[in-house]
Amino acid sequence: MRRNLKAAYTIWYRDILRFGRDRVRIISALGQPMLYLFVFGTGLAPAMSAQTGGALDFRQFMFPGILAMAVLFTAIFSAVSIVWDREFGFLKEVMVAPVSRTAVALGKVAGGATVAMFQGIIVLLLAPIVGVKLGIDQIVALIGLMLLFASVMTAFGILIAARQKTMEGFQMMMQFLLMPMFFLSGAFFPLRGVPLWMNWLSRIDPVTYGVDSLRQQSLKGSLPAGLLSTLALHPIATDVTIMFALAVGFIVPAVWQFGRQE
Amino acid sequence: MNAVEASSLVRKFGDFTAVNGVDFEVQPGEIFGFLGPNGAGKSTTINMLCTMLKPTSGTARINGHDVVSDPSGVRQSIGIIFQDASLDDRLTGRENLQFHAMLYDVPRQTFVSRARDLLAMVDLTDKADGIVRTFSGGMKRRLEIARGLLHQPKVLFLDEPTIGLDPQTRRHIWQYLLKLREQQGVTMFMTTHYMEEAEHCNRIAIIDHGKIVAVDTPGGLKARVGGDIITVRTADNAAATARLKTVAGIEVRGGPAETLIVETTGGDRFVPRMMELLSGDGASIAVTSVSLSHPTLEDVFIKLTGHAIRAGEAESEMKSFVKMWRGSGRR
Repeated sequence: MRRNLKAAYTIWYRDILRFGRDRVRIISALGQPMLYLFVFGTGLAPAMSAQTGGALDFRQFMFPGILAMAVLFTAIFSAVSIVWDREFGFLKEVMVAPVSRTAVALGKVAGGATVAMFQGIIVLLLAPIVGVKLGIDQIVALIGLMLLFASVMTAFGILIAARQKTMEGFQMMMQFLLMPMFFLSGAFFPLRGVPLWMNWLSRIDPVTYGVDSLRQQSLKGSLPAGLLSTLALHPIATDVTIMFALAVGFIVPAVWQFGRQE
Repeated sequence: MNAVEASSLVRKFGDFTAVNGVDFEVQPGEIFGFLGPNGAGKSTTINMLCTMLKPTSGTARINGHDVVSDPSGVRQSIGIIFQDASLDDRLTGRENLQFHAMLYDVPRQTFVSRARDLLAMVDLTDKADGIVRTFSGGMKRRLEIARGLLHQPKVLFLDEPTIGLDPQTRRHIWQYLLKLREQQGVTMFMTTHYMEEAEHCNRIAIIDHGKIVAVDTPGGLKARVGGDIITVRTADNAAATARLKTVAGIEVRGGPAETLIVETTGGDRFVPRMMELLSGDGASIAVTSVSLSHPTLEDVFIKLTGHAIRAGEAESEMKSFVKMWRGSGRR
């Protein structure tokens, strides 16, 4: 047991060490959210503002979506590194070590989730620039939500990556899954009044619950409660419960897939 | 207790049988080599012994631990140098060692002193804090050897340890490995398709198409081929043939390009005697050239399997088999 905890810690620590060393990645990961917020967001702001009678700044609306984006993509990227490690051999070193593969997979989920959470915290620094006011309690809650959401998405990524042998295969899967999941989550547009099919797809999309909870929590201090409740999809407790269920629902098969021996 | 024991080991990938009933044992302290062409089943065997691949049937025990029922016991007692690099190239050499120590539960203090000794052994003391990405192929290999030894395994598995390295680096790696056996008595199980490399082994198993064709010492295997081959060129081949036959009873056959070939054991002692027979003591047949060649493992291989060790094509064949199997059966 102690050994397996140490092994999980080792795998986690490796992800953290690599993240800390990769300054370029940290900075470039800040670039994309800024592009969306300031170019995309500013461009669409007038139209959205007219729709809501000037009550909603589109950049504020988008901010939690961008937060979710940073967490989502970093989490998936961490999961991809399994395929990467498989191709470049390091995975073998881990797989022949006298530790359980469950520990390895759980360490990987923890590592990916932690790194994605860090990335989210970096994006959180942009909040004041787009007029999102955050209190300490909100920040703490947001970090917790990001960690939970990141765990869901890392486990999801590992579930897909566990049996993938090549980067190309994984990238294809991600093109077909990741972008639709992101677009259907309500990150970029409110899901009120959309066609029924889109409504249902967004309900089965795990990303929706991350975006919805992050939106409610981050905009609490910046928007009037009435307006915010029209943007919210589910009660925050429902979002959190569903994310917990999804985390378990992805981690169990991910660990199983990962541990299977040929 | 044998360090490694395999009995009737079989591994199939779909319809393709990569390893077809392999039996052998390796004594403690021995360097045991698996010699065969690419695709003969060497890596598949090593992967089964390292618990990376489940045998389709048959059993194997490493230091008394069964590979199927006690994989953790096996893993704790072995070290592995893979055919392809398995380092994290974004981390430093020392960090790679540290991760290994953590995974194998080597205490921090022990790690520090062992890492120092091992890095010195493979001449990487000065380079250990560099990022692995900047290392040369030989340095990476040496680092992997040091890493594989950190937890003091009883058996070290080496899958084509010098593949893709230049001859000088290859010689260096072998110096380290031989030093290792001398100083620590580590048992080594290695696969190779290089003849020169196989010469370093105490015993060699020749493997072809998933089956072991012969197991013996390098000398013993060569003795199976027959004797040394002496190629002579003389001014008068007919007279030389007659003289050797009548005076010494030696059978001579004609070789290519006007040469004579004598097959005999102990060729080094035979050559001076032959010279004396041909030029001394009344006969004066001028000898223009003599060459002596000992049988090589290549000759052994050809004799036992009927073909030369072919590089390249068989491996890709095998890999595409495995790919097909994975592609069809796993989705």
